[in-house]
Amino acid sequence: MTKKLVVAGYGMVAQRFLEAFAERADPGWSVTVLAEEDRPAYDRVRLSAWFDDYDAGALHLGGAPDGVAVRLNEAVTGIDRDRRVVHSASGETPYDALVLATGSRAFVPPIAGSDLPGVFVYRTLDDLAALKEWATAGGRRIGAVLGGGLLGLEAANALKMLGITTHVVEFAPRLMPLQVDEGGGAVLKRHIEALGVTVHTGRGCAGLEGDAGGVHRMLFNDGGSLDVDVVVVAAGIRPRDELAEPAGLVRGPRGGFVVDAACATADPAVWAIGECAALSLDETDGVCYGLVAPGYAMAEVVADRLTGGEATMARPDTSTKLKLLGVDVASFGAPFADGLDVVVTDQVTGVYAKLLLTDDAKTLLGGILVGDASAYPTLRASLGGPLPAPPLALLAPAGDGSAKAELPGTAQVCSCHAVTKDHVTDAIAGGCTDVPGLKTCTKAGTGCGSCIPLLKQLLAAGGVVQSKALCEHFTYSRQELFDIIRVRNIRSFTELVGGYGTGRGCDICKPAIASILAAVNNGYILDGEEAALQDTNDHFLANIQRDGTYSVVPRIPGGEITPEKLIVIGEVARDFGLYTKITGGQRIDLFGARVEQLPQIWHRLVDAGFESGHAYGKALRTVKSCVGETWCRYGVQDSVGLAIELELRYRGLRAPHKLKSAVSGCARECAEARSKDFGIIATEKGWNLYVAGNGGFRPRHADLFLTDVSTEELIRTIDRFLMYYVRTADRLQRTAAWLEAMEGGLDHLRAVIVDDALGLCEELDAQMARHVGSYADEWQATLQDPQRLARFVSFVNAPGTPDPDISFEVERGQKIPARGPVPVTLGGAR
Amino acid sequence: MTTATMTVTWTAICSYARLEAERGVAALVDGVQIAIFRTFSGELYAIGNRDPIAGAQVMSRGIVGTRGDAPTVASPLHKQVYDLRTGECLDVSGVAVPTYLIRCNGDTVEVAVERP
Repeated sequence: MTKKLVVAGYGMVAQRFLEAFAERADPGWSVTVLAEEDRPAYDRVRLSAWFDDYDAGALHLGGAPDGVAVRLNEAVTGIDRDRRVVHSASGETPYDALVLATGSRAFVPPIAGSDLPGVFVYRTLDDLAALKEWATAGGRRIGAVLGGGLLGLEAANALKMLGITTHVVEFAPRLMPLQVDEGGGAVLKRHIEALGVTVHTGRGCAGLEGDAGGVHRMLFNDGGSLDVDVVVVAAGIRPRDELAEPAGLVRGPRGGFVVDAACATADPAVWAIGECAALSLDETDGVCYGLVAPGYAMAEVVADRLTGGEATMARPDTSTKLKLLGVDVASFGAPFADGLDVVVTDQVTGVYAKLLLTDDAKTLLGGILVGDASAYPTLRASLGGPLPAPPLALLAPAGDGSAKAELPGTAQVCSCHAVTKDHVTDAIAGGCTDVPGLKTCTKAGTGCGSCIPLLKQLLAAGGVVQSKALCEHFTYSRQELFDIIRVRNIRSFTELVGGYGTGRGCDICKPAIASILAAVNNGYILDGEEAALQDTNDHFLANIQRDGTYSVVPRIPGGEITPEKLIVIGEVARDFGLYTKITGGQRIDLFGARVEQLPQIWHRLVDAGFESGHAYGKALRTVKSCVGETWCRYGVQDSVGLAIELELRYRGLRAPHKLKSAVSGCARECAEARSKDFGIIATEKGWNLYVAGNGGFRPRHADLFLTDVSTEELIRTIDRFLMYYVRTADRLQRTAAWLEAMEGGLDHLRAVIVDDALGLCEELDAQMARHVGSYADEWQATLQDPQRLARFVSFVNAPGTPDPDISFEVERGQKIPARGPVPVTLGGAR
Repeated sequence: MTTATMTVTWTAICSYARLEAERGVAALVDGVQIAIFRTFSGELYAIGNRDPIAGAQVMSRGIVGTRGDAPTVASPLHKQVYDLRTGECLDVSGVAVPTYLIRCNGDTVEVAVERP
């Protein structure tokens, strides 16, 4: 007879439990998961990554193992322990074993006004989506985060990314009071303030004021106040243990289902794991751990116990390493214990480090790192043992210590999954050749990921050369494939995959090879077999949106446009009912076009003299400009003229990733050129060129590359910079990451493209000349060819019928995709 | 699997030549949106056009390829990969798109949507 296992809750720890249980493959159990949220487990540790691309799918944790029944949107509402059934919306579910993995909820302190519109918590994807909708609804400028801990700083980052002027309010005298000490807190505060976030430490919130239109003001306990449009409460979490009392299960002193070292409650059929479990070891009354690593350990223990094992919980390790608003923060072991300390404070680089050792200075007890946590994997692995090198050497800038340090075999490399160095070296000896392989084999690196640099070092130390294979179809890197295609004069994917790969490609290699073919051979990108390599954006020469419609961006070189052309864009948008938005790159984006409308829209645009803006391609997007000396009383050069010249020169250039540029007419830098892949700032004597800048999630100021050069020399250098990048970068590697990964960095780049140390410049120049000479507008070429146009139909058997599932609603006078219920069919698919 | 006793109604969609290798088209059959693919070796597959994760009717616009021996299509929105033979999502377990019967009748591509 099959026994019934019911899991209440489907977060990260439940997912880990299901995997651990499935690995043990006990056929005697059938497994059912009841989940409150409407989606399977996702990576809550990386929750904030949602703000990078709003792609909830990217956080998905792989789903339930085969055979597990998952019931989403169906929280357990009660437990009848006598009859061994749980209650939920659909009725009763019987169990022989019940694993409680209900997690936590965000804690909202009892302050007046916490229920006002515009006040949010930061816990689930739905919370984030609601926060985003509110914060981006227009007119919302100032936000406050209540709580300066880990979650609070994550929320502050989210507000910043949403364009909100952000304040962080922390009652304790320093940020992250649980993890860092006073010295570390001071350095952290300086980092956070340098990012434009205002930090209020030692201040409590006395209440929130507002009305039906939302929160307006935060009142402080010292009598002060702050006008706000949005508030995020990140004041900690509390275990979801409301099932405990009705079921007669014991709660811990600070909540949670009390469990013993086996993670069992007083009822041997009921277990609790993760943040909802109050772990009672030795004499303690039960402590809840709000970290994923102890939760994973509990999941392993219960999976083992249910399949006949005897595993028990050791006292959890609460070490953490995070990157908050781009600042590394790590805390490990017992950093607040008594002992000898070694403290390094470097006010110049904003680095703080503290190591705590036993009185005999032989054993590492704990430590804190702020600003540079590269030594963390080595230090964490050395906890409870001798240091592998003198303390100051380990804390040396750039974390060089970890490379030289020799860890003992028993040192824990991955604390999330309790993987030792011996486990990892054994796996390497057993044939693991890369980080993904080690992840599968040992689970190391699949938790917080902070040990991945150490895994790479161990691979290198084991003599493994890191694979640069593009995907399962090619063992070559993008750069190697570029050279193969160029040198062997390969013209098609079939020729390439036949001679140098296997299978028929995928969504990783096909667009990458399409980009290489376009860069090497130039010409139209959608003829013959090349069409099948392109992502949908390149295929339809437009940007796909969430509802399957596309957006259209005509090129507006340098952001300069005549009133007549502006009127045409307005007329087209009006006639086709398109949502219209000014982009960050000084152009106009028209949203909501259906596939079959694209040719009609572009007919009108091409007739008025517009060209493709390549917003859909891994290609040059725009060259922004300020108005320059033509009008501006400060301008020293014609920035608009140069921006237009550059944009027309490089338009259509296919690259490993998108390319952005800008030209500023004076040092005031109104065009923000230093955040671009290549940026130009005018000087009295000519131009300064900056390279490899980046906006986005990890902003990077471009590096000064040339000073006071002529237009001719400037363009020659940019030609070579771009072509060298197109040839040698990895797939989807922006210029910033490309330069950072380049051995020798800026000096090497200068040697190659200025001093011609590799003898490449002639080729690079010729390649760019071919690009410039062969450029043709893709949309005009498409409109002129009935065969190319035939692709733009909604349905092959009903070309005139629009997709009946696309619908719109109106917001602020424009149409937007109908929101409706968020589509959720996970687990419910046939 | 179909059995000999099951009645199947075929609907003509387009000519075989209209399908490009390793590229999809969308078809509308009795209000059902179907994504039709022709692989490099010439096999035909028909699956639901709706991306079950994103909820939009876009599967026909994904990149066709292979994973191991399986012919695949990747969602153009979030790149999850589906087995064209079974409709099963290879990246997210438990998620699948419906599959439909498809055949070439002379030069005409036909699909069958079973009705309840």
